[in-house]
Amino acid sequence: MNRFRRKAQAAAPGIDDFRETGGETAAGWSTHTKDEKLVPTHCCFCGVQCGMYLRVASDGKVFGVEPRDHDINRLKLCPKGVTAYQQVNHPDRLTAPLMRENRNEPLKQVSWEVALDRVVSEIQRIQDTYGRDAFAIYSGSSMTTEKTYVAGKFARVALGTKNIDYNGRLCMVSAAAGNKLAFGIDRAANPWSDMLLADVILVAGANIAECFPVMTQYFWGARDRGAKLITVDPRETAFARTADIHVGLRPGTDAAFFNGVLHVIDRDGLIDEDFIANRTVSWSEVREVIRTYTPEKTGEICGLDPALIERVAHMWGEADKAMAFHARGIEHHIQGVGNVLSVINMVLATGQIGAPGKGYGTITGQGNGQGGREHGQKCDQLPGQRMIDDPEARAYISKVWGIDESELPGKGLTAVEIVHAAETGEIKGLFGLCNNPLVSMPSWSRIARSYDALEFHCQLDFFLSETSARADLVLPVTVWAEDEGVTANAEGRIVKHNKATEPPEGARTDWWIMCEIARRLDRHADKFNFDSPRAIFEELRVASKGGLADYHGVTYERIEETGGIFWPCPEEDHPGTPRLFEDRFYFPDGRARFNPVEWHPPAEEVDDAFPMRLTTGRTVAHFLSGNQTRRIGALVQQTPRPWVEVHPSLGFANGDPVRVVTRRGEVTYPALVVDTIRSDTAFVPYHWASPVAANVMTVDALDPISKIPEFKVCACRVEKGSEITKTPPPPVEPGKRPYTDELGPIDDDRPPTAPQGRGTAEG
Amino acid sequence: MDKTLFIDPGRCIGCQACVAACRECDSHRGRTMIHLDYVDEGHSGAAMPTVCMHCEDPVAPCAQVCPADAIPVGSDGIVHTAAKERCIGCGNCVHACPFGVPKLDLAEMLQFKCDMCYDRTSRGQSTMCATVCPTSAIFYGSYEELLADRPHARAVDIFGFGDDTIQTGCAVVVPAGREGQPVPGGYA
Repeated sequence: MNRFRRKAQAAAPGIDDFRETGGETAAGWSTHTKDEKLVPTHCCFCGVQCGMYLRVASDGKVFGVEPRDHDINRLKLCPKGVTAYQQVNHPDRLTAPLMRENRNEPLKQVSWEVALDRVVSEIQRIQDTYGRDAFAIYSGSSMTTEKTYVAGKFARVALGTKNIDYNGRLCMVSAAAGNKLAFGIDRAANPWSDMLLADVILVAGANIAECFPVMTQYFWGARDRGAKLITVDPRETAFARTADIHVGLRPGTDAAFFNGVLHVIDRDGLIDEDFIANRTVSWSEVREVIRTYTPEKTGEICGLDPALIERVAHMWGEADKAMAFHARGIEHHIQGVGNVLSVINMVLATGQIGAPGKGYGTITGQGNGQGGREHGQKCDQLPGQRMIDDPEARAYISKVWGIDESELPGKGLTAVEIVHAAETGEIKGLFGLCNNPLVSMPSWSRIARSYDALEFHCQLDFFLSETSARADLVLPVTVWAEDEGVTANAEGRIVKHNKATEPPEGARTDWWIMCEIARRLDRHADKFNFDSPRAIFEELRVASKGGLADYHGVTYERIEETGGIFWPCPEEDHPGTPRLFEDRFYFPDGRARFNPVEWHPPAEEVDDAFPMRLTTGRTVAHFLSGNQTRRIGALVQQTPRPWVEVHPSLGFANGDPVRVVTRRGEVTYPALVVDTIRSDTAFVPYHWASPVAANVMTVDALDPISKIPEFKVCACRVEKGSEITKTPPPPVEPGKRPYTDELGPIDDDRPPTAPQGRGTAEG
Repeated sequence: MDKTLFIDPGRCIGCQACVAACRECDSHRGRTMIHLDYVDEGHSGAAMPTVCMHCEDPVAPCAQVCPADAIPVGSDGIVHTAAKERCIGCGNCVHACPFGVPKLDLAEMLQFKCDMCYDRTSRGQSTMCATVCPTSAIFYGSYEELLADRPHARAVDIFGFGDDTIQTGCAVVVPAGREGQPVPGGYA
């Protein structure tokens, strides 16, 4: 029997004598100073929304992080969370508006007065000349719900434009649309703690270990209690490494796979007939479609052994309690909504939803990916997850906003369509905030052309991004630690970010900027007299009342008193709704909808010229477009640059320059040769800018329902290259010294040791 | 003190939260004392963090070979980082450690190594690496606490190097069936 941690008994000669230097080493000391303050808040990055304390010195500066025992994360943090605070006093922060008269000149600092006059006059000029809808807002979900609420109201009320959309269009919309079609509501069905009760958990297209590292504890906790894990991913990721079954399917074949699994479940009598009869409609339509998805046919489409499909079907179908999760891996497709529905069909047919340990959820990518899509910055929605074409919703929101319903615009263009419409001239002016499309949108050269075609482009940023660097006007904004407000994490749990420090002189909050512009426009100036996030939240509570995402019973105080509140929460004495669908689904008859899905190939099939599939995704040290994480030394040292991941059978050696070519463009990366990826598939992480951006190569085909781009599959070829394409440093304000010396080896041409980065011994 | 660190490579996802968190300590900001290796390069995402194992029998080879008597070993078994006023930067400890833990700062000619976050653990707190570890691949607590959370986990604190073994203050969780056998150390 091991005797862990006994006292040292056999001290070697000389060791005990060490006491002559002063006896025992000082114990009980703390590196924390007496006058520092710990401010409870949450991380700014992903949809897990880990609790954390920010350490604030007596001079008011944020200088560190301390783990926080919040219900979501129980002290745990990932490397991005640990280092997030380093953005706050970063030398690259923008602290004055930057402007130029034409794009051949460098951006120059101007006063806020000049900057606001410019944006107001450009909005007026463009709307007077080309019509209201020619000026668009493109927003984001990495900011508080209060800010996203103001963005929606700003577009519809202050500008009167129908064209507002948000960057969840690149992220959550396939899941959202699928959930609305099947359940009538767009929210994960269960709290993650339900996982600890499950017997089988299936995860499709989600690299949990790298995109949501802290969520891993729930999966491992479930496995400690005996649960089985099934992973579906073309790459055997660190999360899939120890799974009971790993399904390494071909990119772009998810719907076929889940139809095949459901075929076997049905064939072998593993469906839940009572659940189907009592709680759903349209099963027969799905049954008709899945009938042809035999394991053999499915295996052929997906590039899998048919026996694997049988095994998954039995593991899932025989489970007492099972839960399914998915993320962008199945959603970033022209059949993204269909893929989501094919998973939901499997969940519904086996009755695995609406009870403890039985459930389903998508995993939102951004910190407020859930909250940011609930309160009216989606092109087709109004606050409370209300649809903009619903007359009742329009009447209610018009009343809350104090406008005539006829003034409220209808549905506008979606995000990628807005940007493409700039190229065609339909959109002339763009106000962008909380996004970086010059890295994040597909088919980079078309996006660059579109932005360059705008007559006026204003972008809000706290670091100069690749997108703001091309703008006419850049307005400096706060980072998350400099303002308060709520977010909803991937569970649908509303938590609160607290203000830890004052913003730098010159930076403003995004909501203040929108309100200030609204006050200077001649239209409904009086509707934007918010003086605080709390004032915005109070209006949001009323605006969401009676909607699906009902926040009416949520207060800042209640959030702080609890571990967060799950919406819907209609009244202040309502406990919130951690688990959905226990009694009913959100359709008038209370029943869930089956939606038949016929698989079809991706937008771009492979051929002789482009025989492989390119797929893109994240790595753990970076976040989305990298505008934040590419500036943090520890993260850059972990993962300084992108690479291409290829199978050893292609004949490349680790570190070889390998050129990835698609119909849109080509980049030469160092090869990371691993046998954890399919031999017909290449992977490139997407956090870096052109010329190494994955989106130089991706296809901009969109799902017809959700309008999500097909980031996860296009046709490519890989060939021996010569020069590895250099990684550009993050942009900085003209005249400022680039911070690259301190950052680390972005010039380095080596691939990482593993997809998660460089080992600490690699230097 | 009956709490120690248990390392479970089976749970590790290689995210390097431990490395980032170690760097945050006010006594060695910007420098990590924990090592993170991807141990199955090219074949899997497997990874393993290495902390100081606080060798007990034989006690602290690093301290034993130190010609300057610079590495204190507390009566609680903690093998500390070399005292700056005594360390001569000779690197003997680097060569003596069976786990490759101590490193030299070549600019300062001083050794640095993991001391189980003595500032935190001596006050009853968990180490920073174990606190943040998303998967609890690094666990701080007693063996009983570990088993309460993971009934099937089995840990070993004896490592074999050829014919020699070393008993450590920290332990690793081993695959089923390997309980009671020394963990193979180093390269065969």
